[in-house]
Amino acid sequence: MKVPILSDLKSKGESPEYLFWVGCAGSFDDRSKKVTKAFVKILNKANVSYAILGKEESCTGDPAKRAGNEFLFQMKAISNIEILNSYNIKNIITTCPHCFNTIKNEYPELGGNYKVIHHTTFINNLIKENKITIGGGYYKGKKITYHDPCYLGRANGIYEAPREVIDKLDAELVEMKSCKSKSLCCGAGGAQMFKEPEKGDQDINVKRSEEAINTDSEIVAVSCPFCNTMMSDGMTAKQKNMDVLDIAQMIEKAEDL
Amino acid sequence: MVEILPNIIFSLILIFALGFFVKNIQRLIKVIKMGKPINRTDNPSKRLSNLVRIALGQSKMVTKPISGFLHVIVYVGFIIINIELLEILIDGVTGSHRFFSKYFNPFFYDFLIASFEILALLVLISVIIFWTRRNIMKIKRFLSAEMKGWPKFDADNILYFEVVLMLLFLSMNATDLILQDRGFEGYYKAGSFPVSSFLVPIFDSFDTSTVYLYERIFWWLHILGILFFLNYLYYSKHLHILLAFPNTYYSNLEEKGKFGVLESVKNEVMLMFYPERASNENNQVEKFGASDVLDLNWVQLMNAYSCTECGRCTSECPANQTGKKLSPRKIMMDTRDRLEKVSLNISKNKGEFIDDGDRLLDNYISKEELWACTSCNACVEVCPINIDPLSIIMDMRQYLIMEESSAHPDLNNMMNNIENNGAPWPYNQLDRELWAQETQ
Ligand code: SF4
Ligand code: SF4
Repeated sequence: MKVPILSDLKSKGESPEYLFWVGCAGSFDDRSKKVTKAFVKILNKANVSYAILGKEESCTGDPAKRAGNEFLFQMKAISNIEILNSYNIKNIITTCPHCFNTIKNEYPELGGNYKVIHHTTFINNLIKENKITIGGGYYKGKKITYHDPCYLGRANGIYEAPREVIDKLDAELVEMKSCKSKSLCCGAGGAQMFKEPEKGDQDINVKRSEEAINTDSEIVAVSCPFCNTMMSDGMTAKQKNMDVLDIAQMIEKAEDL
Repeated sequence: MVEILPNIIFSLILIFALGFFVKNIQRLIKVIKMGKPINRTDNPSKRLSNLVRIALGQSKMVTKPISGFLHVIVYVGFIIINIELLEILIDGVTGSHRFFSKYFNPFFYDFLIASFEILALLVLISVIIFWTRRNIMKIKRFLSAEMKGWPKFDADNILYFEVVLMLLFLSMNATDLILQDRGFEGYYKAGSFPVSSFLVPIFDSFDTSTVYLYERIFWWLHILGILFFLNYLYYSKHLHILLAFPNTYYSNLEEKGKFGVLESVKNEVMLMFYPERASNENNQVEKFGASDVLDLNWVQLMNAYSCTECGRCTSECPANQTGKKLSPRKIMMDTRDRLEKVSLNISKNKGEFIDDGDRLLDNYISKEELWACTSCNACVEVCPINIDPLSIIMDMRQYLIMEESSAHPDLNNMMNNIENNGAPWPYNQLDRELWAQETQ
C-alpha cells in the first residue's frame, strides 16, 4: 500500500501537513497493524497530506515512564524530539492514546511542541468536513458499545469524538455500566500490558469484557491498540465472539475502502 | 464576683481550647511544608473556582446521590449551626441570655432559631442513616481491610458525637423554652422552637430550679462538646472539614494524563545529550522518586491529611475491583500514618528527623500494591476533594526502578527492548515500516 515516508518527501523538497505517528503497536502488533492500514486507507481516501517516519520512528517512552523509568523515558523523548524538530513537524496524528498523551502532554517540557490529534478526532473532523462520506448503512441499527481508553478519556477529556463517529454510522450506541469519566480500565495501562497481573480474583480485561457483553451489543468499538488486545483476549476468555473493532476499522468497513 | 465565676471559667476553657487548636494547626502547616516544593500558584481564578465548586459546592459529592445528599445536609447544618455557636460563645463569655435576640428583629431571630432546630433534626436523621450504612448495611467500601481498627472507630465516633451534640442542643433549647415560659429571671422570651418544643413534656414536670440546672448542664456539655470536637479534628479523618478548601485550591489543573517531568533526571539526561550546555550549578546528585514521606511534595502531604477515607477511589479502582491488594485509599492513609510518625519524631528531636529505620515503602506500602496500578486515573477523577493517589504510586515506582533497580521482572524485558530496539517488544527498529508492504 502507498504510504509516504517523511525522509523521501524531504529529499523531494516536500513537507506534508501531518505526521502520522504509527506507534510500536501499530507497527508490529498484528491486530494493531490492521488498524494502521485502515487508517492509512482513510487518509489516502480523504487526500490528506501526510507521511510517516518509518525507520526513524521509535517508542515514545510511555511504557518506561509509567513503569517509573524516567531516565529511559527522557532519553527516548529527547531523541524523538530531535528527529521531529529536524523535520520541522507541526501536526501529529496518532492511533494510540498513549503516544497521543505522551507527545501532547509530556514532550513540551523537553522541547517538543506539536499539535497532536488522536485519530478518532481526526476521523470525526474528516466526516464533518465531508472529506469522507459514510454511505451504505453497513452498521445501520446495529448495537455498538464503546470502550473509553483511560489515556484518551479521563487523561485528556476526549469522550465525544469517537461517540460522534459511531453516531454517524447510524448505529445504536449502548453504553456500558461504567462509561466516560467513570469508565473501567481495560487493564493494560501503566505498563501493565508488559507484565503479568498481580494476584487477584479476576483479570481486569475479563471484568471489562463482561460489562461489554452485558450491553448485548454486536461490536465493542475501541480506539487504543492496548484496549483492542485486552478486550479481544477478554472475549476469548469469556468464549464470546463479539467483534472488537477500532473506530478506524469500522469506517474502513462502512466505506468499503 | 460569684455571679461572673462561670464566665471566667468559660473564658479560660475557651482560650485553652482555641490555643490548643491553633497549636495543632501550626504543627500541621509545618509538617505539610516539609514536603518537596511544587508550584501550584498559577491561574488563581481557576483555582478559586475549583474551591468554590468542589469544596464549598460539593459538586463531586452528589455523583453518589444518597450519601452525597445526606452529606450536604450535615455540611450545611454544620455551617449554619455555627452562627448559633457564635451566640453561645458570646453568652458564655458575657453571661448574656440569647445575645443576638436583643439586636435582631424578633421575627428574624425566631426564624433563625427555628431553622437551626430544623437543621439539627435533619442532621440527626442523616447521621443515623450514615451510621446504619456503615454498621448495618454491608456497603463494601466501608469494610475493606484498611478500615479496621482506628479508622472505623474514628468514623463511628464522629457519628455518635454528632448525635449527642444535636440532642444536647435540642434539650438545651427545650429547657430554655420552659424557663422562658415560667418567666425565670434572665430568660426573657426569644426564639421559636419547632423541634425542641416536642421535648418540653420530658422536663415540664420538674420544678423550676431543677429545669434551670438541666438547662445549664445541657448548655455547658454542648459547648464543651463542640470545643472537644474542634480539637479532635486534627487526629481524625474529619480534618477534611478544614483541609478540603486548600486541597481543592492547590489541586492539579493540568490534564490528568500529564505526569510531570522529573527535573533531577532532566538535568542528567541533558548533560548526556548536550554536555556543552551543562551548567555548573545544580550538580549535586538528587534522590530519584520516593521511598518515604519526606520525598513527596507538599501537595501530596496535604492530600494525605485531607483524605476523608470515604473509599470512593478504592471502589472505582480496577485493580481493587478485581481483588488485587492495591487500594488508593490505603495509599493515602498509609502516607498520613507514616507522616504523623515522622512529624512526632521531628518534634521530639528538636526540629530534626532522626532515622527511625522505618519508611513508607515496604513497611507501609508494598511493591505488590505499587505494581498493580494501571495508572487509569479513576481514583483521581472520583475523589470528592481532588486527591491524587496515583502521583504517590508513580513517585514510588520511580524510586523502585531508578534507585533500587527492583523493577517487576517482566518490565525489565520491556525496558531493555525500548532501550535497544526502540519498541517494548523484541522487534527491529528497521522493520517498523514492513506493515506497509504486507497485503492485509
Ligand atoms: S490509577 Fe491506579 S490506584 Fe488509581 S484507580 Fe487506577 S489502578 Fe487504582
Ligand atoms: S483519596 Fe479521596 S476518594 Fe479516596 S478515600 Fe480519600 S477522600 Fe475518598
